[in-house]
Amino acid sequence: MAKLYSQNPKREKIKRNPKQETVDFLLNYSKALNVLKFNNMNFETVLN
Amino acid sequence: MQKELITDATLVSNYIKGDEGALGILITRHKQRIYSFIYSKVYDKDIAEDIFQDTFIKVIRTLKRGSYNEEGKFLPWVMRISHNLVIDHFRKSNRMPKFSNSGEFSIFSVLSDSALDAEKTLIKEQVERDVRRVMDELPEDQKEVLVMRMYNDLSFKEISEKTGVSINTALGRMRYALINMRKIIDKHNIILTN
Repeated sequence: MAKLYSQNPKREKIKRNPKQETVDFLLNYSKALNVLKFNNMNFETVLN
Repeated sequence: MQKELITDATLVSNYIKGDEGALGILITRHKQRIYSFIYSKVYDKDIAEDIFQDTFIKVIRTLKRGSYNEEGKFLPWVMRISHNLVIDHFRKSNRMPKFSNSGEFSIFSVLSDSALDAEKTLIKEQVERDVRRVMDELPEDQKEVLVMRMYNDLSFKEISEKTGVSINTALGRMRYALINMRKIIDKHNIILTN
């Protein structure tokens, strides 16, 4: 009976995060990426 | 704390105007949800990491190109991109199935390398050397027939022509050669197995 009235164990969701390196890469990529527009054309340059 | 109050729409518009810091806030704000969503589909940290990265590369390029329209909300849009990339990933992996050795089944139990390994090569050489030594113990006429038949691959007719004896004699010499070799092997307890 005790078991029937016991509380359900809380299912904790494991919090997952990407690596800091990945986030840093994205921020640096964003800084390096330059898009130039010319007559309906887009030119992408990555300046690293 | 103040940054948390800024809406996604404002941050996106600031980013398009050139505020690089706005992207940092957007990523920090949503990285856990997006990454967890991808991981819940692929169950592999490295693949989830790759898809997360590709998702934001697409986001950055679209925003910088000015192709983003503020019709939908930012997070559902990013989630849709990651969802599509997850589908792409499974399409690719279906085309090229990978086997991992994580369960009970091991792919290497089915696949085998038919080439001899170093140990088996050594044993094979040793066995061949022993056979040669046993052959050296045979009388010259028997040894001659045996070499012609087994090493030079001649027929008994050709052997009889070359040695100048009848086919029956050549056959008899071959038979005695084998009998004598078996005797020598038994006498010296030579093991000729791989």
